Amino acid sequence: MATLTLAAALTSGLRHALEDDPKVVVMGEDVGRLGGVFRVTDGLQKDFGPDRVMDTPLAESGIVGTAVGLCYRGYRPVVEIQFDGFVFPAFDQLVTQVAKLHYRTRGAVRVPLTVRIPYGGGIGAVEHHSESPEAYFTHTSGLRVVTCSNPQDAHTMLRQAIACDDPVVFFEPKRRYWTKGEVDTDAPLDDVPMEQARVVTRGDDVTLVTYGPLVATAVDAALAAREDGIGIEVLDLRSLSPVDLATVEESVRHTGRLVITHEAQQHGGLGAEIAASITERCFFHLEQPPARVTGFDVPYPAAKLEEHFLPDVDRILDAVDRVLGRQNSLTGWKG
Amino acid sequence: MGRRSLAVVPWPDIGQWCLELHKSDGAAMERNMLRQDVSRTAVRTSADHRVPVTDRTPQEPPLRVSPGAEPAGPPDDVLQLLTPEGVRRSHADLDDWVADVGDDELAALYEDMVVVRRLDLEATALQRQGELGLWPPLLGQEAAQVGSARALRRDDFVFSSYRENAVAYCRGVDLTDLVRVWRGTTASGWDPFAVGMATPTIIIGAQTLHATGYAMGCVKDGADSVAVAYFGDGATSEGDVNEAMVFAATFRAPVVFFCQNNQFAISEPVGLVAVRPLADRAPGFGIPSLRVDGNDVLAVTAATRIALDRARRGEGPTFIEAVTYRRGPHTTSDDPTRYVDPAVAEEWCAKDPILRVERLLESRGRLTAELTAAVTEHADAAAAEMRRGCLGLEAPPPLSVFDHVYTAPTSWLERQKSQYAAYLAMFEEA
Ligand SMILES: Cc1ncc(C[n+]2csc(CCOP(=O)(O)OP(=O)(O)O)c2C)c(N)n1
Repeated sequence: MATLTLAAALTSGLRHALEDDPKVVVMGEDVGRLGGVFRVTDGLQKDFGPDRVMDTPLAESGIVGTAVGLCYRGYRPVVEIQFDGFVFPAFDQLVTQVAKLHYRTRGAVRVPLTVRIPYGGGIGAVEHHSESPEAYFTHTSGLRVVTCSNPQDAHTMLRQAIACDDPVVFFEPKRRYWTKGEVDTDAPLDDVPMEQARVVTRGDDVTLVTYGPLVATAVDAALAAREDGIGIEVLDLRSLSPVDLATVEESVRHTGRLVITHEAQQHGGLGAEIAASITERCFFHLEQPPARVTGFDVPYPAAKLEEHFLPDVDRILDAVDRVLGRQNSLTGWKG
Repeated sequence: MGRRSLAVVPWPDIGQWCLELHKSDGAAMERNMLRQDVSRTAVRTSADHRVPVTDRTPQEPPLRVSPGAEPAGPPDDVLQLLTPEGVRRSHADLDDWVADVGDDELAALYEDMVVVRRLDLEATALQRQGELGLWPPLLGQEAAQVGSARALRRDDFVFSSYRENAVAYCRGVDLTDLVRVWRGTTASGWDPFAVGMATPTIIIGAQTLHATGYAMGCVKDGADSVAVAYFGDGATSEGDVNEAMVFAATFRAPVVFFCQNNQFAISEPVGLVAVRPLADRAPGFGIPSLRVDGNDVLAVTAATRIALDRARRGEGPTFIEAVTYRRGPHTTSDDPTRYVDPAVAEEWCAKDPILRVERLLESRGRLTAELTAAVTEHADAAAAEMRRGCLGLEAPPPLSVFDHVYTAPTSWLERQKSQYAAYLAMFEEA
């Protein structure tokens, strides 16, 4: 056990993966000498050499596209996209090539590629540095999409993602990079599968589904609600595609109430999918319609406005009140 | 025209080349050759193949200021070993590279080209008869594809676009596998690793990055295999192709960029994507290039061998522009009468890639009745085999739509699959 920041836990995960498998290569912009703009690849090029930890030209499609070629040659590339807003030049390769190769070749070609993307807001950044583009990828069959919320998951899930024979888009909650926690770097990889959701807090009254950066916020909300005598069961999805709906369903059957929160915009987001799927699966166990607490359907706003855009403890608790039928901001609202 | 020469500058010397370029006087320079064929510093030695060294000083190519829609580069401004009339022209810098191509080898290339043309026409016929949904004809591009593909080694790896069916044939792709995709029974026709050729991507240019990444892997593995990216003239304006050239140059990847300039991207003339010959673009990336007559199977073979040799010796990527002409429609869904100039099309008929080999064989007394009979028989048999295979292709079982999305089943998809199975069962019971 060691106390590590989430970023350092990712670094140690990468280090393990590079040590365990000579076919693992790390590539991206500034990942070598600089160690990445968030220092997640810090020291790796020094220890594993520039052949295995490669600074690439600035071309996201090029990074992902050449990684695909390396997969044909048996490599397991881990590519870093510098920020969420810069993945789009690679979107074509990810959607039209990476996601489909195994399917279209009926299993002949595997793409064991991991695409690391720092994502989410709350760091006061300029535009394109705070986005949550996960729904574009969860909508794309053939990709696995995961995210971590704490240092232990960061370490273990990254190693699981790299070991996975499917392409994995690995979202890293950048505002939690400096969160510290205990990490067992020797924890076996097959203890908890990457696609399994985790029950973070137990509660009998409301199921609160979230992932990535908002897990900590959701836990804060659960602690605050406990003081009011309300039990919130916080679920950390971890895997966004596929989603562990069984765990969500089991919780909702118990609580009868569902709130989903994510930073990403609402329309067509993951919250919509979960609300719809849970409603289909256990409608008669729901006491109230599910509620979503998300970013608004606007482009990510300027830094001085992001506190309004991002779900926080109070907005979450307001939705908890709503699904409990208690007084809330929409009581009497006539919009 | 001065002596054509062929010398390759290692890419770090391009700065020097630029200096030379500006110092140069008006001495004639061959624009068609390796596009950075201008240094006296390039000294290459090889056991089998000698690459000539030039002592000429470079001169800046004549400026082109043509507006976008004008064809870029006169099509006949190319390296050639075999004229349309079937005359074998000697070329000091290319001859060595095809020295082993005697009459037998030439007859074999001829046979390949006749067979692939026959297969291509058969596939077009199958589409017209409703047996294929679509077909992208390669008529006119036989020499570019056969000449390059036959230059490859088994352990080289091809990443192509959709029109390279002659390349696939040369790689040994099963004839039925050639048409699976176009009949719609699968999204990809064959096992790439069995033949050393990825199944085509329809996304224009995407495969050039895969080829480059594959080549980067060859370097890491210490293998002397080469990746070959096939793409069209239209593709050269895609970002991926340009990114591929950046990566290939930076990492000195053993990749051959084989561009078939067939003059069209659907209806758009090459002049819309390039106002200079396509081969002129590569040197800006630090990649030497060759502009060859794509209808001349010998020149294409020589150029490809030069590029492969450079790649195997760690000299990195080469760009080949094979200047050819798409004689058919873009695909069987296209109507080229809307944009093709019949007079130009007529000119290209005279430059037919097969005809000139026939003429050469004839002049050598090798176009015997036996040869033509054997070749025709082979072509007919291949076409019949492909047709049989095509007609035998059935739609796969419905539930296979759920197969291979991931390397292992997910509970999410298993649920959808089982629900759809229940739905289908309802009809079976009825
Ligand atoms: C990214 C992308 N954009 C557009 C298309 C539609 N499209 C299919 S073929 C084609 C023309 C390609 O021309 P070229 O690269 O010259 O190859 P050719 O067809 O001549 O062999 C276009 C625009 C596509 N398949 N992919």
